[in-house]
Amino acid sequence: MEKGSALREARLDIEEFNYAYADTLDRFDIDGWVEYFTEDGLYHVIARDNEESGLPLGLIYCEGKAMMKDRAYALLNTEMYAPRYLQLSITNTRALKIEGELIHAAANYTLIETLVEEKSRIHQVGKYRDIFRRTPKGLLLQERKCIYDSVMIDNCLVFPV
Amino acid sequence: MDGNPGVPNSTVQNGTKERIWSEDETLIPDWIYTDQDVYEQEIEKIFLGRHWNFVGLECEIPEPGNYIRSYLGPLPVVVTRNKDGEIHVFENRCAHRGVEFCREYRGSADSFICPYHNWTYNLEGDLTAIPFRRGAKGKGGMPADFDMGERGLRTFHVTTRRGVIFATACDDMESIEDYLGPRICEEFDATFGGSEMKLLGIHRNILPANWKLYQENLKDPYHATLLHTYLTTFGLFVPSNESDIPGDDLGRHGGLLSRRPEGRPDVSEDEQADMQAYKNTMELNDKRVMNFFPEFDSKWSGSVLTVFPSLTALRQGNIINTRLLVPRGPNEFMMIWAVLGRVDDDEEMVRHRLRQNNIYGPSGFLGIEDNEALKFLQDGLRNSLPRDGLALLGEDDEPTDHIITERSIRSMYRYYRSVMGL
Repeated sequence: MEKGSALREARLDIEEFNYAYADTLDRFDIDGWVEYFTEDGLYHVIARDNEESGLPLGLIYCEGKAMMKDRAYALLNTEMYAPRYLQLSITNTRALKIEGELIHAAANYTLIETLVEEKSRIHQVGKYRDIFRRTPKGLLLQERKCIYDSVMIDNCLVFPV
Repeated sequence: MDGNPGVPNSTVQNGTKERIWSEDETLIPDWIYTDQDVYEQEIEKIFLGRHWNFVGLECEIPEPGNYIRSYLGPLPVVVTRNKDGEIHVFENRCAHRGVEFCREYRGSADSFICPYHNWTYNLEGDLTAIPFRRGAKGKGGMPADFDMGERGLRTFHVTTRRGVIFATACDDMESIEDYLGPRICEEFDATFGGSEMKLLGIHRNILPANWKLYQENLKDPYHATLLHTYLTTFGLFVPSNESDIPGDDLGRHGGLLSRRPEGRPDVSEDEQADMQAYKNTMELNDKRVMNFFPEFDSKWSGSVLTVFPSLTALRQGNIINTRLLVPRGPNEFMMIWAVLGRVDDDEEMVRHRLRQNNIYGPSGFLGIEDNEALKFLQDGLRNSLPRDGLALLGEDDEPTDHIITERSIRSMYRYYRSVMGL
């Protein structure tokens, strides 16, 4: 029973975290996005068929915040892409296991993208496999693996999910 | 992907098929990128014509029985390795009613069974079994003269070089070496040589653009340092790097070769101007991404090859990838990227390659920009009144050691026109 309530509490914390995370990305605050991770955090976006075939290639693969900062700098300063609106929805959040400061968790995500004079469309759907770390600054992502079902990408994925 | 607005941009009007393509090779008309009947002729004359089409890599089907879904031009095919280790390529379309029977990205099988009426094919594409061939209770079934041997799947001729698989519908095709020509073959071997390759994964994306624009993109060094400011901002590539843009005699294939000064900036002689630019750039926070572990027998640090009509092969640093171009009508194509490492990579080398591969792919720093630019370009071609695009830069008879030129685009279209009769 105690274990169940610890997981429930963790889930509520993670839901709060994920709502803030999604809002940060919806506002294109990519510098802010980096701050959701631990210094050595791993961010990995991988196609579901690669994941299930044991192929490690990432659509995005950042080992540590330094790599995420380089991606944030590029997206905000050097990259050319069409203007767009984004909505990232994170649902079905579950805390799966607590190991000391670490919480293993999962969630579903949906990214809806709207380009100028185009209809809104689902750009990517997938699942997060997360490891959160409880720190004095609150929860941080030790690892976020985004496994996407939308294997056939419509043109490109510009921003992190 | 959204509807085409109402501008009459097809040049086929009033039932006439008169089109004008100037003799001036610096002019390229819009209609080769937008017209359905041009696209249909390309399938016949290019993809099913006298060309080697890239269809996959041996490391995607390493074991007997392995297969992948792939494409020859726009046609769905299956690429298999049979029990003897031979590679076969056949249409992914049942000989009976036409069902596209192979639905998995990849897998392992002894045979393929069409789910609709259970016609069964072996790994070479031969028809091996038909249910109720003799009917039931002595009635129905196939005609007595039905010959299983004549009813296999449509198969294609196959060749491989350095682990790269090509297929063709042409019955008297020259060797892949002759097809590539000596200069492109040399660079092809440099990219795919060395120890055995291993698949790290596949990217797939759909671009709302004509397939030829991607061939152009990688024959167009002019754009590289202008569109891709990531390269110059982080000092990865500067226009004054030593470079070469070889081709084949027919002008259909191309290479884009460059040599980055090695290691720390070496403030010496003719590279000094480059180094000034380098010092003024941003530094990467994570410099591991720039590490290079030598693995190629070549003086060039970067090589992009375009093998007409459907392959691009790239190596840069320790990134090795192939891209298969799959046309899907005049206004859209699919890309299947295979990203490679080597069988003898240790765990850290695999991770190094994964880190570097952030530069390419559908979320890569260069990939995003190329895909967006090609979408914008196709929008311009199909939404406005037709006219010619320009490919004016550089001369066709000057040395190939500089990049401010569009000669490789012109040479591809010289070849394209001869094959298409345009």
